[in-house]
Amino acid sequence: MFDSPSIIVGLEIGTSKICAVVGEMNDDGVLNIIGVGQARTRGVRKGEIVDARAVEEGVRHAIVEAEQMADVEIRSVYLGVTGGHIRGFNNRGVHPVVSADREISDEDVLDVVKNAKAINLPQDNTVLHAIRQHFLVDGHDGVTDPVGMLGARLEVDVHVVHGHLNRLQNAIRVVKGMQLEVNEVVFNGLASSLAVLSNAQKELGALVIDIGGGTTDYVVYSGGVIKHTGVLAVGGDHVTNDLAFGLKVPQGRAEQLKIENGSAFIDEAVKGQTMNITSELGLPLNTVNLEHLRRIMVMRLEEVFQLIAQDLEQAGLLEYLRAGVFLCGGGARIPEIARLAEQVLELPVTLGKTNTVSGLKSTLDQPEFATAIGLVRFGSFKFRKREARPTFGQNLKNVFGKLLPR
Amino acid sequence: MDSEIISQPLSAGETKKRSVTIFGVGTAGITMAGQMAAEDFTGAKFVAVNTDNSVTAAGAEMIHLESKMLRGLGAGGDPERGCELAEENFDRLKTACAGAEVVFLVTGLGGGTGTGVSPVLARAARESGALVLAFVTLPFACEGNQRERHARQGLEQLKTVADGVICLPHQKAAKLLEEHAGFADAFRASAHLLIEGVRGVWRLLMYRGLIEIHFEELCALLRAGHGESCFATVESAGTTRARDAIEKLPAHPLLDGGQALTEAETVLVSLLGGPDLSMADVNRVMADLNEHCPKARIIMGAAVAESFHDRLAVTIIATGRQPRTSAKPAPGKNGKPALTPDAPGFDTELLHPTKPERPSSRHVPPAPALSVEQREQILAQQTGKRGPVRKAGPRMKQITLPLDIVNKGRFDKSEPTIHKGEDLDLPTYVRRGVALN
Ligand SMILES: Nc1nc2c(ncn2[C@@H]2O[C@H](COP(=O)(O)OP(=O)(O)OP(=O)(O)O)[C@@H](O)[C@H]2O)c(=O)[nH]1
Ligand SMILES: Nc1ncnc2c1ncn2[C@@H]1O[C@H](COP(=O)(O)OP(=O)(O)O)[C@@H](O)[C@H]1O
Ligand SMILES: [Mg+2]
Ligand SMILES: [Mg+2]
Repeated sequence: MFDSPSIIVGLEIGTSKICAVVGEMNDDGVLNIIGVGQARTRGVRKGEIVDARAVEEGVRHAIVEAEQMADVEIRSVYLGVTGGHIRGFNNRGVHPVVSADREISDEDVLDVVKNAKAINLPQDNTVLHAIRQHFLVDGHDGVTDPVGMLGARLEVDVHVVHGHLNRLQNAIRVVKGMQLEVNEVVFNGLASSLAVLSNAQKELGALVIDIGGGTTDYVVYSGGVIKHTGVLAVGGDHVTNDLAFGLKVPQGRAEQLKIENGSAFIDEAVKGQTMNITSELGLPLNTVNLEHLRRIMVMRLEEVFQLIAQDLEQAGLLEYLRAGVFLCGGGARIPEIARLAEQVLELPVTLGKTNTVSGLKSTLDQPEFATAIGLVRFGSFKFRKREARPTFGQNLKNVFGKLLPR
Repeated sequence: MDSEIISQPLSAGETKKRSVTIFGVGTAGITMAGQMAAEDFTGAKFVAVNTDNSVTAAGAEMIHLESKMLRGLGAGGDPERGCELAEENFDRLKTACAGAEVVFLVTGLGGGTGTGVSPVLARAARESGALVLAFVTLPFACEGNQRERHARQGLEQLKTVADGVICLPHQKAAKLLEEHAGFADAFRASAHLLIEGVRGVWRLLMYRGLIEIHFEELCALLRAGHGESCFATVESAGTTRARDAIEKLPAHPLLDGGQALTEAETVLVSLLGGPDLSMADVNRVMADLNEHCPKARIIMGAAVAESFHDRLAVTIIATGRQPRTSAKPAPGKNGKPALTPDAPGFDTELLHPTKPERPSSRHVPPAPALSVEQREQILAQQTGKRGPVRKAGPRMKQITLPLDIVNKGRFDKSEPTIHKGEDLDLPTYVRRGVALN
């Protein structure tokens, strides 16, 4: 079967796993997840590809698996990217309305958005997203659709996400090298937020934190628009590494200890408790203090939340997160992680659910898949937008119009 | 498993080639600098600056500030005259600073020379390109409020020109002494403490750090505290040296029974040990300090010297954040300055800094139309008290931690994650100095 236009594929090349999710838009515009493929990643550090050959192999595996499950041929993907080089900031674009009647047209809107994207980035950097927040007409703000309004000066606030061009291209190159087309490159944090937040939550104000293997990506919404994005190049691998160092065990064993005995809380039961560790051959290897294990984890995770809190405090956004905080990514599986986040952020914290899309229920319930599912959702907005071309002005009114990558 | 989680021995450091000039200014300053010259501040150049012939110091180059007008009368207790003399001889002072990367300025504030000359000298030193740290004593309350006033003025001026000012009120040093000890003893005790403080900073600068503190970082710390810092040094030896040092610290009289640590905003810790100094020792001291300084950002440096085999020296410089507002001398019952056991007036803000005002953000904020102040007011009314203070971020800032101490494991080859100068790839618990025991 062929990649019909209603098939949308999201591909995340994570530090821990490579994941392809296949979605299908039915005739009523409802999005269904119909396939998932996965592979363990080799060759990615802190979200960035260091060994293209190894990654290619993983991508191929994940894509084939997803194709088989969904029974489609995948030709193009929405590709997720992350890395410590990715940054977000807010910018305003200005455009004088020149038409004789001063009525704002679609072209004016395109021009002002273009101006908002024309920013001085560090050399070698490129704009990944310029996401519309709202318009101003002659200085009056809060305008969502200025087309048809009268005014002399049109402005737009955008949230710009940018990153290092070469480093972004590394991922694109690998995918293209496999005869797969890249529809769009999307920041992972943004994708995850699309998977776990409802429109009401975006309106109220919410923070989504995706704790992956090598990075922690986060996105803030308020008033229905993206206000802030960030990447902290610290993730689950750091927890593992800290444990390996502190408990004097090999990395592989540390990862296992983290998953089997880890928690973001030190309860009374583990105090003073030890555990004997044996090698693969069953020989005694080491004795591990469970309290130490927890303490090492708590300190690392606490720090991650503290750094995010500091960043948001500086941006003046902590006060506006009325829907609270949503966790996803593999790190959200750590027991008691929400409780720890709550302590540090002093906000209600819940584990993000990807119930904004329907389909394979068991798949959707996993926090690791938030990004890939979000990528599909991102693609579906594009898709609907394509359909809606003739009524471009109207389209701006819906929330999807707020996403205008590149 | 006991606390020896990281017990690989640390390699011995060498001394660094850094040119330091130590100035003693005025009678008290020269006396103290003279003592230092006689001790192990090897490699430093000493300069004594005076306006009269009250003292000389062996091993120090002498600079006499004279004015034709004053005919060798010196400053005579008047800081303004001291200042004029220094301005007149500004070029000479600047020449004396030439070639120094770091200038330590040691003086007793309250008289005419130390108080008047030091700020000018500090400026001269900065102009010649040096980083300037001033170590000053403040007069006893009973020396009279004129001296006290002069000292405060001098201190304020110094703070604006020097990169950092560390001050020690004589009154505090006196607490170390028996009640009926004389002034001479008290001065000696102060001088001793001040010199220990200088030594702690000196070590940070001169010994190749295992965990290095940049001088700029140190200055930033002192500046952030508006120059008023209190400090303490303890030394211990033998196998239990880390534990002993920990016990001695809060008991140190200059730290007011640990109170100064509890209230400190920033704490600089300098550890010096022998080649046998282990990371576990460092951890133990740091873990304990973390508990004693719940609010502080802690900056730690550790160095190794051959001569410190089996010994450990811990120097702490604790700084509060609130600037002193008024410089009123604390009046006694009959209008005279009080001689109370607690240093009057001077360090109280340092030891009891006002807490940060930020309300808890767990409260859903009222409509954004309200200003920040209004919101805070409302919150204060609602709760009747200030909301809980948000936990400070990573409290310990580390500048460089050589890789041979902590192997970065799986991040060895990837681009390091640096946040505000801190390498986040290193385990958080190590950076925060938490011992596992
Ligand atoms: N450590 C120490 N401090 C002293 C000694 N004598 C005085 N002080 C302190 O230092 C302050 C300044 O006094 P001096 O050093 O004598 O004054 P000066 O800077 O030489 O200024 P003039 O002599 O007035 O020109 C006094 O107020 C005392 O608090 C001393 O012998 N040792
Ligand atoms: N049950 C668990 N407990 C603790 N950590 C977990 C658990 N499950 C997954 N993780 C961690 O989550 C991380 C992977 O998350 P994921 O979102 O898949 O990362 P990425 O997108 O970077 O590949 C790994 O560091 C893994 O150890
Ligand atoms: Mg991920
Ligand atoms: Mg004198």
